[in-house]
Amino acid sequence: MSFDIILSILQENWPSYLRGAYMTLLIAVISTIIGALIGLFIGVMHTIPLRKKSVKSIFLKIINFILTVYVEIFRGTPMIVQAMVVFYGIAAYGYEMDRFVAAVVVVGLNTGAYMAEYVRGGIVSIDKGQYEAAEAIGMGHFQTMIHIILPQVFRNILPATGNQLIMNIKDSAVLSVISVTELFFTTKSIAGANFRFAESYLITCIMYLIMTFVASRILRYVEKRMDGQNAYQVEQRREEQMY
Amino acid sequence: MEKVIEIKHLNKSFGNHEVLRDVNFTVNKGEVVCLIGSSGSGKSTLLRCINLLETPTGGEIIYNGENILNDKHDVRKYRTHLGMVFQQFNLFNNHNVLKNCMVGQLKVLKRSKEAAKQNALKYLKTVGMDKYVNAKPKQLSGGQKQRVAIARALAMDPEVMLFDEPTSALDPEMVGEVLKVMRQLADEGNTMLIVTHEMEFAREVSDRIVFMDKGVIVEEGPPEQVLVNPQQERTKEFLKRTLK
Ligand SMILES: Nc1ncnc2c1ncn2[C@@H]1O[C@H](COP(=O)(O)OP(=O)(O)OP(=O)(O)O)[C@@H](O)[C@H]1O
Ligand SMILES: [Mg+2]
Repeated sequence: MSFDIILSILQENWPSYLRGAYMTLLIAVISTIIGALIGLFIGVMHTIPLRKKSVKSIFLKIINFILTVYVEIFRGTPMIVQAMVVFYGIAAYGYEMDRFVAAVVVVGLNTGAYMAEYVRGGIVSIDKGQYEAAEAIGMGHFQTMIHIILPQVFRNILPATGNQLIMNIKDSAVLSVISVTELFFTTKSIAGANFRFAESYLITCIMYLIMTFVASRILRYVEKRMDGQNAYQVEQRREEQMY
Repeated sequence: MEKVIEIKHLNKSFGNHEVLRDVNFTVNKGEVVCLIGSSGSGKSTLLRCINLLETPTGGEIIYNGENILNDKHDVRKYRTHLGMVFQQFNLFNNHNVLKNCMVGQLKVLKRSKEAAKQNALKYLKTVGMDKYVNAKPKQLSGGQKQRVAIARALAMDPEVMLFDEPTSALDPEMVGEVLKVMRQLADEGNTMLIVTHEMEFAREVSDRIVFMDKGVIVEEGPPEQVLVNPQQERTKEFLKRTLK
């Protein structure tokens, strides 16, 4: 393994590497967003207070049962198998799914299954006094959720969402089994052509590392921003400055 | 005297545990009423029944001549007429001080942003917290939080203020600042119903004191009567225990 070889591989293949990395990032970001939304939806559905024996509550129970089945299936099976089943399963019905779409669907559904539990935990961990205070000033359940509870849940699940994004950047490599041209698949073609496996994959390794590192830094920054400045300004100071 | 809230034969049970039994009493306009009684006597439950955080199992709550326990009554609208102050403050953690006092005005009363802001600032000034509009709840001391919570309730321009042991969760040195605000509100003629263990404060501010024990109202009357010259044996015992 030598540095010269790495340089020459890069010189020859950098557009392919970049395209692969771009694909990987695109899949990871979109599917994390989809997954977070799915998780949010399921988490909210699972925490709606049930009135005893109304038609609405029976309906809700059926939906929640279906959602639970989905969560169990996607958490209980390997993503690589899910990708095969979704892609070739749909292909078996004579419909060729776009590979990129299939990738986003599989990773998104997978992420959603994990996020559902985080969101549910995020909602139930909010102090019941927050609901009571909102109710006491006349807010309805929906308003309370939108203006008081969910913003706090967002903050609570942000670290988990960040972890999930980083996992997705890495784990999207398994999508090469359905020939999605993400970074790993691209590297396979490059290495297959030049037979320099170690060097080709070392480059890939560094690229994954850069992506996950940057992603985690950005997320930490967002978390800090959401927490606001540590020192609030007492209004008086502003007045003093004016004189 | 104009009645604001009238409670008739109110009952509340949790399962088969009867917490309130045939409670009857009235809060009149401009009156300050203090609810006292030993721990577990049902004071909080009564207050929470009044703004329907708990659903009474029987009886009537008459507000403006209407029984709000009727099914068709608009509970959310009714609640905007009651300002609630909790023992644990319960400020909205995701909002700063100003937004805490605005969100109800904006989303429930549908006031304009400017009107809500002005009103919030007015009441934050009343409680002496107008300099902290940008602070988040976790950056405030207990006494400051409770004063903001009072401003948040006042900003809805309620007809009655309900306080559930507003100073019980505070460090001793912060009790004074909150009681001072409440005294001022009482002097300004606000209608207030206060659950408290601060006997001295209750004697000073209240027009009427209601003593509860084991889910029933045992005795009520002006503070001189109930605190100094109680008629009932149970009241005497309670006072002996708490005032020594
Ligand atoms: N949600 C609930 N479920 C079951 N029992 C309850 C519930 N809330 C209150 N109780 C019971 O009702 C009784 C009265 O409680 P409440 O909180 O009203 O008393 P309190 O007079 O406010 O006491 P304290 O001075 O300690 O605050 C207690 O025995 C309590 O255990
Ligand atoms: Mg209590």
